Formats: sequence, structure tokens, C-alpha cells
Amino acid sequence: MVLAAFSDFMQQVVSGLASGGVYALLALALVIIHRSTGVINFAQGELATLSTYIAWTLTVNHGWSYWPAFVATLLVSFVGGVGLHRIVIRPVERGNVLRIVIVTIGLLVAVNGFVVWKWGGEPQQLQSPFGTSTYDIGGVVIAANDIGTIAVALGIVVLLWGLFQFTKVGLALRAAAVNPEEARLVGVRVTWMLALGWGLAALLGAVAGMLTAPTVGLDPNMMAAVLIYAFAAAVLGGIDSPLGAVVGGLTVGVLLNLLSYLSQYDAVSWFTEELRLPAALLIILVVLLIRPQGIFGRAEVKRV
Amino acid sequence: MKTLLELDGVAARYGPVQALRNVSLVVREGEVVAVLGANGAGKTTTLRAISGTVDRTGTLELEGKQLKGGPESAARLGIAHVPEGRGTFVDLTVTENLKLGAYTRRDRSVKADVDRVAEYFPWMVERGGQRAGTLSGGEQQMLALGRALMARPRLLLLDEPSLGLAPMVVREFFRIVRELNEKEGLTVLVVEQDARIALDASSRAYVLEVGRVALTGTSAELRGNESVRRSYLGY
Repeated sequence: MVLAAFSDFMQQVVSGLASGGVYALLALALVIIHRSTGVINFAQGELATLSTYIAWTLTVNHGWSYWPAFVATLLVSFVGGVGLHRIVIRPVERGNVLRIVIVTIGLLVAVNGFVVWKWGGEPQQLQSPFGTSTYDIGGVVIAANDIGTIAVALGIVVLLWGLFQFTKVGLALRAAAVNPEEARLVGVRVTWMLALGWGLAALLGAVAGMLTAPTVGLDPNMMAAVLIYAFAAAVLGGIDSPLGAVVGGLTVGVLLNLLSYLSQYDAVSWFTEELRLPAALLIILVVLLIRPQGIFGRAEVKRV
Repeated sequence: MKTLLELDGVAARYGPVQALRNVSLVVREGEVVAVLGANGAGKTTTLRAISGTVDRTGTLELEGKQLKGGPESAARLGIAHVPEGRGTFVDLTVTENLKLGAYTRRDRSVKADVDRVAEYFPWMVERGGQRAGTLSGGEQQMLALGRALMARPRLLLLDEPSLGLAPMVVREFFRIVRELNEKEGLTVLVVEQDARIALDASSRAYVLEVGRVALTGTSAELRGNESVRRSYLGY
């Protein structure tokens, strides 16, 4: 009895880590853009949906197999993100940040409209590359899709970390984000670095979208909820902290799943699926009230 | 000596504020030249005009070629600008700051340059993993200099290096600048509020007043000049 409860619990933790991995990727995208541009990209979720539709179209309409379509989608998304910054964001970057915020909200609406116009509103099925099999590890039943999702999410995070930490362009990206004036003085082309950041964010979103679609189904509003969870993750971890985004994403994923799991007990039976989104918003609110800089963020100190 | 940098009739403004009206100056290869002046005379703006951090008009030539474009281009032409207030990346480590100094370099001898910088500042290698923001003010100023050296600059621009530093640290800083100039022929244009130390370190100097060159001469001449003594040396 206790053992059965434990394996149920562990199952929920693992599937929470899988959804948390997706939140972490999207949160990371938000953090990269916030660090360099100082705004939240409200269109991040819709851009991810667009990327996922591209992957879907490649596999279903053009007969590509999954992984080539996956890689092609990443490339298209990356180039698209860079182009988006050059063409749409850069012209409004100077001056009030509110201008960029409004542009990203406009993008959200425009991209969503485009997706509905191009592919229709009805849900589609994107296959999972990991199949539907399950593994039984000591009584804990784990879906192959969850394991695959966690592996891909972690793999992407590690690659990205390596890029930022060990390459020249990664160093330039960090320098441009934290201190653009200085970066220009040493020769870093800052506007290109910002564009590169948008490209990387779009790529991260694409991965998040492609990992989300097999479980929740592909439809134009698929990422709306995921974006809220990613907000919660980014705020919890610290909106300028990449590590915080990852830890925050996993935490939010596991926490929400455990709440759903615990609702089988009478005391918390009121916690139903519908309360997942409000719970995420509650996390955002509580963090902003108690520790606005998040777990890993540093409190902002204005130097005079 | 060959002319490295030449400014002729340079003007620059920040919005409605005319910061430089008419600045003409020359820096020859291997020289240390100082720019003196009161607050708001246009010292910092002169350096910013050279590195392209402010929009400017007039003739600005490095080895006879007109300087245009922003600081990214200036860095590629070999101008290393150490701005006022240290100019280090406080969130990055000492080693990362040095690496960024060599950002525009395409050759692979960056490691050799770290060793060269380490000859002047051994602690930068020993404490390479430390975040620049946790260094003392003096150390940050040294790091900014070390980072500039990593670029193997043709011309080093120093903006108020003495600002907020203890007199002993300032002396040490200028001792190293002079050593770099004598040993390696590094050309330096330094802007300083502290006229005494700037005149000691330089061979020639310009005095700016409200965006114009008011006076120029060798540093020895200017030290003996009555009005310079009264206005900037205070005796």
C-alpha cells in the first residue's frame, strides 16, 4: 500500500520533471531576451507554436522523418528569430521599453492569426519521437516520452551552457547583454549579439513546442498555458538567471504535478486541473511580493 | 616621428549641448599626450569622438585614414578606449575580461598576450577566476588597462584613470603606463583632471576650455606656464 503510493508519487515526479523541462526551455528563452533587451517577449509562446507547425508540416505534409524535421525546424526558428530582431525589434529598441513590449504583444496576436490562417484552428497530432512505450523501474512506471523529453531538454540546456561558457561568441553574448557600451568598445557588434539572442530564444521555444505537442496536441493556442508556466519558472528562478530558469522550470513542473496527484486525497480534493494556471499565477505573485529577484537573481543595485 | 592620430576642427554634441566646438590635436607614434581641462571642457568627449562613441564632425584620421563608424570599428582599427569609471565587465571573471580585450584579434597568440599582461600584473593570472566586480577600485582600473593591452592597440585612450583612486595607486598606474610606453612604444592619449600627474607622465599636453584647445606645448613648458599653474596645478 505504502509502496504503491510511493511509486505513484515517483511517477508524478518524473512526469513533472518532463513538463518542467519544457517550462525550463521556454523560461530560458524569456531570460535570454530579458537579459539583453530588458523586456519580456510575450510572443515567445506563439513563436514556439509556429515552429512546431513547421515541424508538423515537414513530417506530415512533406514526409520527413522526425529528427531531420526537428533539426530543420531548429535552423528555421533560429534564422527566423535573428530576422525578427533585425526587422521588427531593432527599429523600436531605442527609447521606452514599453514600445518593445507592445510590439511583442502585437507579434503574439499576429503570429497566432497567421497560424490559424495557414493551418486552421483544429487540433493536429505531432507524433512523439520516443513512442508510447513505458518502462517499469522497480514498480515505478515511466513513459518513454517523459524520459526522452527530459533528456532532450537537459541536452539543450547543457549545449547552451557550453556555448555561453566556453566559446568566444558566448562570451561576447554575455558581455553585450550585461554591458553593451563596454562591449562595443572592445569591438563586439552588440546589435548582432542581440539578434543572436533572439535566434537562440526562438530555437529554445521551438524545442519546447515540439516537446509539448505530442502530449497536449498541436493547436494554435497550445503554448498559451506553457508560457504562463514559463513566466512562473523564470520569475521563481530569477528573471535574469539562466540557472534560475532551469531550476524554476523543473520546480514548477514537479510542484503542479504533485498538487494534481495529491488531489486524490480528501484534504486537497478541491485542487483540480483547472487550478493549475491560477496556481502558476499565484507563484508569480508570491515571488514578486516576497523575493522579487527570484531564487538565483541578484537584487538590482543602481550605481550612482 | 610619424603622425598616428590627427584631429582637425572636430565638433560633437549631446542633443542640444555642444560639448566640442573646435578641437585640433596631433598624437605621434610612441608619444604619451595628455589632455587637461576643467570639468565640462570636453576632455571625455574628445576621447569619445575618437572612438566613435559620440556623433562627431570634422577631420579625424588614424594614420591618414578617416575614422568613421562606431566604437566597434575603432576597436578593429587598433584603438583601445578605457572609459571613465574603470570600464570592466563586473559580472565576468578577470580572465574573461582579458579575453574580451582580445575580441577583435583573429590570430591565435592570445595566450602569449595573457602572459605578457601577467608580466605587469601577475595577480591577474593568479586570480583569473575572480569576478571583476569583487576587485578593489585600483585593481579594476589595472584590469581595464590589462584588457586594453590584450588588443595590442596602436593607440591607447585613457579617460580619467585617477578618478576615485588612492594617490599611491594612481602613481603605480602611471608608472606602468610609462613603462609600457618606454619598453613597448605604446602610444597613449590620456585625459586627466589631475594635471600634475598627467604632466609628469606625458611629453606633450593640450589644455581644453569650453570645447576648444586653449593652449598646447610640451609638458615641461606647460608646467612652467603661469595660468596652467594657477588653474590646474593650484600653486
